[in-house]
Amino acid sequence: MERNSKRKTLWQLFLSTLYISAFTFGGGFVIITFMKRKFVDELHWINEEEMLDLAALAQSSPGAIAVNAAILVGWRVAGFAGMVTAVLGTILPPMLILSVISLFYQAFASNRYVTLLLKGMQAGVVAVILDVVWGLGGKVVRERSAFLCVIMAAAFVATAVFEVNVILIILAAAVAGAVRAFCGRRRG
Amino acid sequence: MVYLQLFLSFLKVGMFSIGGGYAAMPLIQSEVVNERGWLTMREFTDLITIAEMTPGPIAVNSATFVGIRIAGIWGAAAATFGCIFPSCIIVSLLAVIYYKYNRVSTLQNILASLRPAVVALIAGAGISLLRTVAFGDGAMHVENVNWAGIFLFAAAFVLLRKRKWNPILVMALCGAANMGIHIFF
Repeated sequence: MERNSKRKTLWQLFLSTLYISAFTFGGGFVIITFMKRKFVDELHWINEEEMLDLAALAQSSPGAIAVNAAILVGWRVAGFAGMVTAVLGTILPPMLILSVISLFYQAFASNRYVTLLLKGMQAGVVAVILDVVWGLGGKVVRERSAFLCVIMAAAFVATAVFEVNVILIILAAAVAGAVRAFCGRRRG
Repeated sequence: MVYLQLFLSFLKVGMFSIGGGYAAMPLIQSEVVNERGWLTMREFTDLITIAEMTPGPIAVNSATFVGIRIAGIWGAAAATFGCIFPSCIIVSLLAVIYYKYNRVSTLQNILASLRPAVVALIAGAGISLLRTVAFGDGAMHVENVNWAGIFLFAAAFVLLRKRKWNPILVMALCGAANMGIHIFF
């Protein structure tokens, strides 16, 4: 009985994450709202406040937000087995879709019309990315913290002008953040 | 061994992309284009475009795309496993800590100070993509300028910023407009 109900929960978790992942366009922030609708409002597996905490954790941890959120929800619902189930449900749809696309990519990319379509869409993608950057950068500036602005400017110069390795830049920013947190605590 | 290389490259992507979404993009570019040469800048730009049009995280999409092109289905599996492995470890630890102590604020504070750096890195990757759109694969020279691309970029940026149009719609329109421009003019 116990075992049966656990299997049923896992199956439901798998189908839910599979469904959410297959139909969520637009990245991590969007997927979290879908997860909230499913796991909080519909299945009542998680309460709303907990979901907000999980969202914050998923966003501030390394890796894709969708995968991180799946890991957290999975643990919450059914422990380790739940985590594995939720991760599989989340990564299978993009893996299948991209496998099919990459098999046809060569043929796609040599077709004149597809090339024109892709080239036009690239211009749109760059606009989407720089629009996101504009929004995020504005948020950093509005925090009116010289420290954060210096980090942003220094990181930009390092990557765009000097082509410093991306991982080095991230590590340097982490060290700066840790030093600041440490000094702030001693002073305060 | 190519499977191990794919696994390790995407392990780095998974471990150092913090903040989700586009944060993985500069790392993927650095590993896949600059370090390993698995994709050209043009293929990378196509990949980002495709990833944006399909569901799923950019990192997982990229891992599958690159893996399958370099080493088939198992390459895709190795790369994808690499990019989710750090999350599985780190986030699981955080989950345990969260449910035990209900607080992880110190760690979150340090991670928050990464945000401006991540924004700058995304800006850098976005600018190199813009260069690909504006000049194609050629050198940065007036003869190579793709005016249609620059026009579409500018129009799309205004629609997104000022009119708050849906990104997927804007991208689809850009694709259609580019076909129209080249077929009719």
